[in-house]
Formats: sequence, structure tokens, C-alpha cells
Amino acid sequence: MATPGLARRDRPWLIALMLPVLVIFAAFFILPMVRLAGVGAGGPRGLAAYAAIVTEPRYFRSLLSTLALSAGVTVLTLAIATIAGVFLQRNTFRGRSALIAMLTFPLAFPGVVVGFMVIMLAGRQGLIGDISRLLTGQKLVFAYSMAGLLTGYLYFSIPRVILTIMAAAEKLDRNLEEAARSMGASAWQVVRDVILPGLRPAFLSAGAICFATSMGAFGTAFTLATEIEVLPMTIYTEFTLRANIALAAALSLVLGVITWLALALARTAAGSSVAASA
Amino acid sequence: MRARRRSRAFHAQLVFTVLVAAFLVVPVLMSITAGLTVNFFQGVKSGLTLRWIGEVWRLYRDTITLSLMIAVACLAVDLVVGVPAAYVLAKARSRWTRLVEEALVLPIAVPGLATALALILAYGTWREFRTSWLFILVGHVLFTLPFMVRAVLAVLSSIDLRTLEEGAASLGASFWQRFTGVVLPNCRGGILAGALMVVTLSVGEFNMTWMLHTPLTKTLPVGLADSYASMRLEIGSAYTVVFFFMIIPLLIGIQLAARPRRMAGVGEESA
Repeated sequence: MATPGLARRDRPWLIALMLPVLVIFAAFFILPMVRLAGVGAGGPRGLAAYAAIVTEPRYFRSLLSTLALSAGVTVLTLAIATIAGVFLQRNTFRGRSALIAMLTFPLAFPGVVVGFMVIMLAGRQGLIGDISRLLTGQKLVFAYSMAGLLTGYLYFSIPRVILTIMAAAEKLDRNLEEAARSMGASAWQVVRDVILPGLRPAFLSAGAICFATSMGAFGTAFTLATEIEVLPMTIYTEFTLRANIALAAALSLVLGVITWLALALARTAAGSSVAASA
Repeated sequence: MRARRRSRAFHAQLVFTVLVAAFLVVPVLMSITAGLTVNFFQGVKSGLTLRWIGEVWRLYRDTITLSLMIAVACLAVDLVVGVPAAYVLAKARSRWTRLVEEALVLPIAVPGLATALALILAYGTWREFRTSWLFILVGHVLFTLPFMVRAVLAVLSSIDLRTLEEGAASLGASFWQRFTGVVLPNCRGGILAGALMVVTLSVGEFNMTWMLHTPLTKTLPVGLADSYASMRLEIGSAYTVVFFFMIIPLLIGIQLAARPRRMAGVGEESA
């Protein structure tokens, strides 16, 4: 009746239960990815297609603007989510849970819907345009510019990040803050030297998710149809409009490696404690 | 009794937080209004109507039913293959299972566009498959499976599975009796949380589906993109209202299901 006996007797069953997932994953993910890599290298450029993202000015520009946008969104989202998240975790007041619900419910909105939300705010018939016309006589429309993309990416990033920050803020040791305060630290010093360092692992994991999601986001840019080319839009254009299939394959594989690396690096940096939530 | 005066910092942060919440909620309210008004440009004073909703139903009914069908099928596949897999991963902790666990998450880490492109390159020439809704289902299963596996795994890791199973085995329970009588009932909470997440993500998936769909297999988000690009604002809004109507109960369910525990892995789904 010892455990090893039970585990050994169960082994065929365990393999049988695992098999369907492995078959599905091999057939519909691993094999297609291998094919993607092969097609990427099989175009007129050969393996050089993988370098095109830096050697070809058009793709390189697209890569740079996507990286800049994603990094900017990550920094802004972390700042916004930390101010709001720590505040909500630390204070009890009427309407608190309603605020939390409002801040987290767009969590699963698809990118296309987020794009439409930006049009509602900053499009040609948008709220911001109406308000600015009342105030200044000028109609402010920025949905279809870089600012519009930034707005959309903030929209889908804030709900994701705020949950992680709130969970991390809940686990912070309040005694450390008390100790710092009793030793004469100002409120700002407590924030800078105690709270923010304590939230570091959450910043790394939430920041990486935010960055990776922004790099790969397609629906929002698609709906806004901006003049700024983000990498997923570039790939989409190459594939469908230019029928440049090898290059689209190579670019999307490079993009996949970038997002995967961002997540993997953050996980290593933050230590195994956040592995489950990253 | 406690007439504790809130500090200025408290009020500043409250205003900030309310503004962020308004940023997220106001456009939702605007699109609901736009979808129900006769003419959004003239405002609510032009009157409220269900005409646009009716128009959406007429134009896009098929996308709504297809999305629901795919979501249910996706959930079924995830339950049948994902829940047993999570159990195996929880029970047999080894280098191999950890590798499998890492690998299964890859379809979330890699942008949906890349996965979709890979699927098209691998199976695109198989016409019957390429043009059927099953092609979209495959993409959705890849993308949602990790959420089901992780939700169940989170529950299984928090209970003493080994003692429970040894107890049952010592009473003569077979493997199958233990799995269905002990393991499954114990991970009900995780299965529910995972199921809500899977359905929500499947109904809203766009990045992959836009590449995988054909003119005859359009899902709700594909139809949404279509209406935003080519229909008047009121119809796009009304369609969005229909989408909210489908997804908001699911989101509330997720929040309720996650309350006792932390949301496992929420927040990684691509936008």
C-alpha cells in the first residue's frame, strides 16, 4: 500500500490521460511552428529573411515604433496601476468595490472593441472632441494617431496590471513601513524605499505581460487603422496584401521570440515565486 | 464616532483612481448609448430605439451563433483533455511534466497572429479543414487550454491530493474510481473558474480568428471589426452592446469565482 506502488500502478493511466493534450499540442502548435520557421527561411531571401527586421528600414522602423509604444505603455500602466492599486488596497471607503469592479471589468475585451472605445473617446464624433470644442473651439481628434494607439493600449493594459499590483500590495509587510515611519521617514521616503522595492517582483511580472501583450496586440491597431505601422500590422500587410509569405513568417517568428523572451526573462529575474502568476 | 479626517493625499489618490475608472467606463457607456439612440450625432434627444439592435441581429446573427458554438465546443475540448492533463501535471512532478507545463503556455506567450499564420501554413492547403469552423476551434483550443490547465492545477496543488488518493486506494478504489470520485469533485472550483475564463476568451478572441476565418466562418469579433469599418456608428455600437450583453455576465462570474483565491493566470490573454 506504499505510495511508490500506487504511483507505479497508476503510471499507464497517467500517460493515457496526458496523451490527448500532447497529440493536440504537437499537431497544432509544434508542427505548425516548425513549418513557420521553414517557410520563413524558404523565401527568395533565404535565412536573411530573419535579419530583415533590422536590415530593412521599413521593418526596422516598424519594430522600433512597436518597441517604443510597448515600453511607453508598460511604464505608464505600471505607474497608473500602482497609484490606483495601492490606494485601493490600503483604504476602505464607500464605493471601493465598485471602483475595483470598474477598473478590472474590461479585462477580457478584445482588441477590436478596445479600438472602438478609443474611437468613442477620441474619434471624429468622440467625447474628447466635443469637450475640446466647447472649451477651445477646436475639435481634438487623436484616435487615429500614435496617441490613439497609446490610449487603446493603456485601456487594455490597466485592468490586467492593476490586479497583480493589488495582490502584491496586499502581501507587503506593513511592519516595515511602520518601522520606517517610526525612524522618521517621510511619507514619500516610505513609498520610495519600502513600498516600491517591495512591489518589484510584481512590477517585473506584470510589466513583462503588459509589454508582451502590447508587442503582439493586433485588434486595436487594426480597428484604428492608424498610419503608424506596428509590427503585427506590418506582418498582416505583408501576408495578405503583398503576399510576401516567407517574410511574414520570418517577422512573426521574430516577434514571437521577442514576446516569449520578455516573459521568460522577467520570470527569471523575479524568481520562481511569481512563476505561477506570470 | 471616528471623525478621522482624510488627508489631502487620500483625496488626490481618490480623484486619480476615479479618473482612471472613468477612462475605462465612460466609452462603454457611450457605446451603449450610441447603440440605443436614433442618431448619435444629434444625441439622446433624437430618441431611443432598438432598431440598430434589430439591424445587428439581421446582419450578424450568424456570427453570434457561430461564436457561441465555438466557445461551447472549445470548452468541451478543454474539459476533456485539459482537466486530466492538469491532474497528471499535479501528480507526477518531474522534469518532463514541468517541460510540458511550460510548453502548453507558449500559445499565450506567442502573439496570436504568429500562431494563426503557422496554422495556415501547415494546414491551409487542406481545403475542407481550412474552410470549416473547426479550423478556428483549433486556434481557440490552443489559446484557452493553458487557462483551464492552470486553474485546475492551482486547486490541485493547494489540496493534499496524495493523502486523499491513498485513502481511497486503501479502501480498494480503482484508478478510475479515484479520478472520478475523489479528484474531480475536489477540483470543481478550479474547473468552474477555468470554464468561465475559457468561454470568455473564446467569445472575444480576435487576433488569431481574424486570420483563421473565411467569409463563411465569421465569429462575433470578426463581425465587430467588419461593422466598425463599414457600418454607421450606431450599428457598430449596437453590435458592441450585444457583445457586452454576452460577455459581462461571464466577467462577473469570473470575479465571483476568483474571490476566494487569486485569479490564476488572469491577465495574460492577448488583446
